[in-house]
Amino acid sequence: MSRYTSATDADRKAMLESIGAGSVDDLFADIPEAVRLDRPIDLPPGKPEQEVYAYLRDLAARNVSAEDEICFLGAGMYDHYVPSLVDALLSRSEFLTPYTPYQPEVSQGTLQVMFEYQTAISELTALPVSNATLYEGPSAVASAGWMARLQNRRGRFLVSRALHPHAREALTTTAPPYGTSVEEIPLSGAVTDADALREAIDDDVSAVFLQQPNFLGAVEDLELLAPIARETGALLVVSVDPMTLGVLRPPGDFEVDIAVGEGQSLGNRLDYGGPSFGFFAAREEYMRRMPGRIAGETVDADGKRGFVLTLQTREQHIRREKATHNITTAQTLNALAGVIYLSWLGRRGIVELGELLLHRTAYARRALAGCDGVELLHDQPVVREFAVRLGAPVDRVIERCAEQGVNPGYPLGADYDEFGDGLLVALTEQRSRADIDRLAEVLGAAVAAEREAVTA
Amino acid sequence: MTVTIFEKSVEGRRAFVAPELDVPRDDDALPERFRRAEAPRLPEISEPEIVRHYTQLSTKNFHVDQGFYPLGSCTMKHNPKLHERVAALPGHARLHPLQAPARAQGALQLMWELQVALAEIAGLPHVSLQPSAGSQGELAGVLLTRAFHEAQGKHRHKVLTPDTAHGTNPATVTMGGYEVVKVGTADDGGVDLEDLRAKVDDDVASLMLTNPNTLGVFDRNIEEIATIMHDVGATLYYDGANLNAVMGRARPGDMGFDIVHYNLHKTFTQPHGGGGPGAGPIAVSDRIEPFLPRPQVVRREDGSYGLDFDRPQSIGRLRGFQGNFGVFVRSYAYILSLGADGLAEASDTAVLNANYLMARLRELCGEHLPVAFDRTCMHEFVLTGGPMKKALGIRTLDLAKRLLDHDFHPPTVYFPLLVDEALLIEPTETETRETLDAFAEGVAEILREAAEDPSIARGAPYDTPVRRLDEAGAAKRPVVRQAL
Repeated sequence: MSRYTSATDADRKAMLESIGAGSVDDLFADIPEAVRLDRPIDLPPGKPEQEVYAYLRDLAARNVSAEDEICFLGAGMYDHYVPSLVDALLSRSEFLTPYTPYQPEVSQGTLQVMFEYQTAISELTALPVSNATLYEGPSAVASAGWMARLQNRRGRFLVSRALHPHAREALTTTAPPYGTSVEEIPLSGAVTDADALREAIDDDVSAVFLQQPNFLGAVEDLELLAPIARETGALLVVSVDPMTLGVLRPPGDFEVDIAVGEGQSLGNRLDYGGPSFGFFAAREEYMRRMPGRIAGETVDADGKRGFVLTLQTREQHIRREKATHNITTAQTLNALAGVIYLSWLGRRGIVELGELLLHRTAYARRALAGCDGVELLHDQPVVREFAVRLGAPVDRVIERCAEQGVNPGYPLGADYDEFGDGLLVALTEQRSRADIDRLAEVLGAAVAAEREAVTA
Repeated sequence: MTVTIFEKSVEGRRAFVAPELDVPRDDDALPERFRRAEAPRLPEISEPEIVRHYTQLSTKNFHVDQGFYPLGSCTMKHNPKLHERVAALPGHARLHPLQAPARAQGALQLMWELQVALAEIAGLPHVSLQPSAGSQGELAGVLLTRAFHEAQGKHRHKVLTPDTAHGTNPATVTMGGYEVVKVGTADDGGVDLEDLRAKVDDDVASLMLTNPNTLGVFDRNIEEIATIMHDVGATLYYDGANLNAVMGRARPGDMGFDIVHYNLHKTFTQPHGGGGPGAGPIAVSDRIEPFLPRPQVVRREDGSYGLDFDRPQSIGRLRGFQGNFGVFVRSYAYILSLGADGLAEASDTAVLNANYLMARLRELCGEHLPVAFDRTCMHEFVLTGGPMKKALGIRTLDLAKRLLDHDFHPPTVYFPLLVDEALLIEPTETETRETLDAFAEGVAEILREAAEDPSIARGAPYDTPVRRLDEAGAAKRPVVRQAL
């Protein structure tokens, strides 16, 4: 049953009369007999709203979310608190139900949001131009690769092994088809090996991809790496964690060409991985090559200030096969969450939150390193995430912790053979000292129990 | 006056209260050389002022909950409110994407059931939910095509797209490393078969097609098109932007398509959000299945659900994690609510509404705004404003802007490109006959007004938060951020 339509039998009859058709079936006469579906779709009949709600509520209840356990999972998405004003404002029909602002006169709300969002991302990254979002982090990295390809037509991407594995894979999925190879720069300890980068760089390198802090939580020395990466004119792309940019030097300080990243932390839910947004900011010279929508300021016929989608000659609906990207729908509602969240945090809040993460992370790192059978995987500076090695099988330790209501983090062995004993632990402002103490207790006990099980 | 949130910032104001520092300060945690010297100049503003700012901004938007939004090709149907409620359940909204599958069984089951439903609707057996939106689904489709050919040791270089195609199709082809070859349109609005035959050879990897196409007509020659493509070993790709026309009536898989993308934000009513988020799952035939993105959501023999990464021929990931799960929850709620009969009724009513509105506009405005391809349409149709421009001296753009003063969102304008002064009108199934009548009468009134004084439409709109904006100036001297 379609409860979202209004046509009654009387409507249908009158409408068909106006059309001059005998039946609704007649309207489908152009579909050749052979390809018509001669049976109903094989799906259950529709359900009343309350039954749909109950069914989906029951499915949701079969997940263990960050509401149900003390969660130290990160690795790209983080359980930050989403303030209630974000939910309240995002649920407004005026933001929720329009489409892309093709008619700027009746889309000033969305367009100004995009403009404010771009300003906020520019400030965070210290780069002058931001677009109005891409889909999410890893595909934003891939989009930076495509832009580099358009920019210099060179044949190689160099990718730090400490770039998020999903971002590395998004590059290896998308770049070879357009003729660019993807080569990994190994780690030295837990950070990108500067010597290996120096050795690999040549004038066929199109772009170099780094992450700050990197996937292992370590702060990379961009002051050292950036000049090497840019030595032969390759574009330097750095994926950054926006929540660290209150305390960490921003990409713009290092003459980075493109800063991208996952925006989920900024006021967006975890949502099992999406939707969130990817941000994309660059130096001025790339403005006309950038992917995605960009809002710009202008005036109307009366000289009144207003905003429009601008530089649209980059885009697919105008330039078709010569467009700078194929993206159409992006993540505007998620960007709205982002700019509301950043306004809520404010200039001082982003620093205070960064500091809090820094100190709690340092505390958690010391607390875990103090457990028997747990040692630090690296001792590089970290901001909000760090890696340890466990003297017991990581998956089994995680299972034991889960039974105690603690999710201790992400098993690095899933992506790094060399860190099969590694666990990546993330902090947010929602993990208190008491939570950290509990993690240390539970993790320590789980490692001890696993070791005992082996010796027994 | 238009003021940004940054301009409302006053030093010392704030909304955020930081949790207490409950651990010892560690001043050595971050060496000075890594530290940011100056805080980013984010706004300093209190919570009530943030709420008021964005509430005021919101009132400057036109939206589906407010009125008729017949934006062709975008399927601006009603967004049921239940969907927001179920998506916000903490078990969905606060589920971490890297939670162990054993503790995310509800989410994986939901995804698996959605895959099954989408597969049945499109008539293709294998679904990947991963792509973030239609354009990423298209890219996945092109990369799948490439992987399919390369697995057979074939290296093809061209992909065909009709001249009526959405701009994303050719843009995607380029990103996928192929050359775009355009195929012409026949007089009845379908693919020009002669032109197609002339351009097909064994260097063609794929044809990307929408059916019904962007002219709103169903291509009657679809079987022959499929045969032509398959005879040279090419794949047939279905751009699902127009799937809302045919649910329960026909399936791309049965028409011979190998790869389909769905726009969950169109057909399956994820709210458009001012331009996202959406989701662009794909479905494929058996021969394409080995190459699907990873991970795949699977049901195991013991009835549990999991993520399968062990797919050696996969094209790989296009993005992080498992896709836009929040969108999946909403779209699955929609499928559960409507069921088989409701989905078919949605398409039937969408087509009925479109034909009715086309008939009303033909009756009231046919002289100045004739239908571009005058035959039964599917869920949308195209008018040409050429005669209007000639006879009344107003362009399609003027008509669109004047519609804003009548509290209607205009249709898609100047697309498809091959129709002069085009208006692409898609009413959707969730509109009433009265609304369609009012729109047709509104258009007629604008034409009457233009016959007397075309300058009114040329100067429109008048009653909107701003009037026509200087887009050329904005592009010439781009101001893309607030000067701080």
